[in-house]
Amino acid sequence: MSEKRFMKGNEAIAEAAVRAGCRFFAGYPITPQNEIPEYLSWRLPEVGGAFVQGESEIASVNMVYGAAAMGTRSMTSSSGPGISLKAEGISYLAAAMIPALIVNISRGGPGLGSIQPAQSDYLQATKALGHGGFHAMVFAPNSAQEAADLVYNAWDYAERDRNPVLVLMDGCLGNIMEEVELPPMKKLTDEDLPEWSLTRRNGRDYQGNITPIYTEPILEGINTMAGEMYKLWEEEDVKFETYELDDAEYVVVAYGIASRVAKEAIMELRKEGYKVGMIRPITLFPFPKKIIHDLDYSRVKGIIDIEMTIPAQMRDDIELQVAERCPVYEYGRSGGCLLDDEGVYDAIKEIVTGGAN
Amino acid sequence: MAEYKRSTMIADAPSGYCPGCLHSLATRLISDVLEELGQGDNSLNVISVGCSALNILYWNGDFLSVAHGRAPAAATGIKRTNPERLVFAYQGDGDLCAIGLAEIISAANRGENFTVIFANNQTYGMTGGQMAPTTLIGQKSTTTVYGRDPQTTGYPMKMCELIAALEAPAYVARFALNSPKGVREARAGIKKAFQAQLDGRGFTFVELLTNCPTNWHMSPLQTLDYMNMNTIPYFKPGVYKDKTE
Repeated sequence: MSEKRFMKGNEAIAEAAVRAGCRFFAGYPITPQNEIPEYLSWRLPEVGGAFVQGESEIASVNMVYGAAAMGTRSMTSSSGPGISLKAEGISYLAAAMIPALIVNISRGGPGLGSIQPAQSDYLQATKALGHGGFHAMVFAPNSAQEAADLVYNAWDYAERDRNPVLVLMDGCLGNIMEEVELPPMKKLTDEDLPEWSLTRRNGRDYQGNITPIYTEPILEGINTMAGEMYKLWEEEDVKFETYELDDAEYVVVAYGIASRVAKEAIMELRKEGYKVGMIRPITLFPFPKKIIHDLDYSRVKGIIDIEMTIPAQMRDDIELQVAERCPVYEYGRSGGCLLDDEGVYDAIKEIVTGGAN
Repeated sequence: MAEYKRSTMIADAPSGYCPGCLHSLATRLISDVLEELGQGDNSLNVISVGCSALNILYWNGDFLSVAHGRAPAAATGIKRTNPERLVFAYQGDGDLCAIGLAEIISAANRGENFTVIFANNQTYGMTGGQMAPTTLIGQKSTTTVYGRDPQTTGYPMKMCELIAALEAPAYVARFALNSPKGVREARAGIKKAFQAQLDGRGFTFVELLTNCPTNWHMSPLQTLDYMNMNTIPYFKPGVYKDKTE
């Protein structure tokens, strides 16, 4: 039986995590993600889980490292500056092959930036979430509902790959209230504890150990295996959505909150007869390369990258697929200044009517 | 009469610790106490970074190897989700009172129900003998080549005294491993800490004064004398807090 609630995006993430079987959270206060730890501080004890307010982002991600090594579905959340602090720990999660969920409710940057929403952490999320050249799957929801759905399945990917998973969502979506249909509570038992975990509840009677330290040839092997895993993600796990793409002469590429604003503008422009469509990446890593690569460039006259950050960060990933077969344009707002309907509409219209250079 | 035999918690392999290093003795004491308490299989060793990380090669029990300084944070995650396990971290001085100072103080302040064994040898052994927060005044290191000068580097940090000042910790004690008496007392202290954890009394902290013949540039025997003359007068052994009775 479905259960509908009116919730903030942040709360939807927290409740979906609990229903996915998350039983440990550690985090440090930072705007605009505070509803996640606040919600879980009372919700996790209700279901027999544990909540710890860490002394720092660094400590929090390492608490998750410990809890997740025991096979407990665990998560932490933060915003840009805090994700930078967690970078060491996330890299260790990848090295020790410990699955966990990291949530970044992003804001303006760099540095302290602003507490207002922005999409300025795309490069950090997709290229270098920490040192040492690893990747995590990056999910970018564009509604509270989609955030709940993606979080609900996040540990299935994390445990399959024994790798951290990142949900990247801007502070706008974290804080708007929307109707959310919540998934049922997963009932995990000791039987579900991963075989590699350090718990003894799964009947293991031999020594268990987890370490991020390897000899050089083994580390090289692990790097190689990770590379193969990333390729497999590209083949099997890419998620995206298209809108009015079939006859589009101009294709907007936008994710998260930018995709919602862009869609409104495209609807208006369609009414006026402009053939504009959209590709919305849902996974930012693996990036939806093929759909962009395989566009019919005899029809498509331009790609428009719309992001709530300046300069656009997804542009390089797009241009690699376009391969100079048509111009790539960008439009954005940044620093915590929001994209709005008029600005995006005007920007797209200027491009499609040939006014942009 | 007690039988002297090999510890089952330590792998039957040659030790990579330098000759005369007291790390191996400290590890041995932990192993013996776990066996005595029947907690070998139930124990989980949170292995930190530095020479202490060599335990990933020698420790026969369950372990989780963690980032530099973060052992008390990782142990928090472990113990909160698996309260029935006997959880302990083994940390050196650079790990515990430099890069991991926030983690140790905060875990102690929360009264986390696990044990931290702190091996204090006043140097960064693994990286080649740089100054540690615990390096003694006048003690030479590769980053204090004329000896530690308090005018620019402050004073050696007394962790037992700091942690004992907090409300939550249940047991805080310091022992020196350079004499048979000190070794016996350390063993009893480790046992008391582990038992307190099993009884759910909260955070327990055992500091072990150790040595580093390699980076102190001394013979093993000289290090034991140096400890008597210099280390012990500054880092006074004793029980700093005991709420276990």
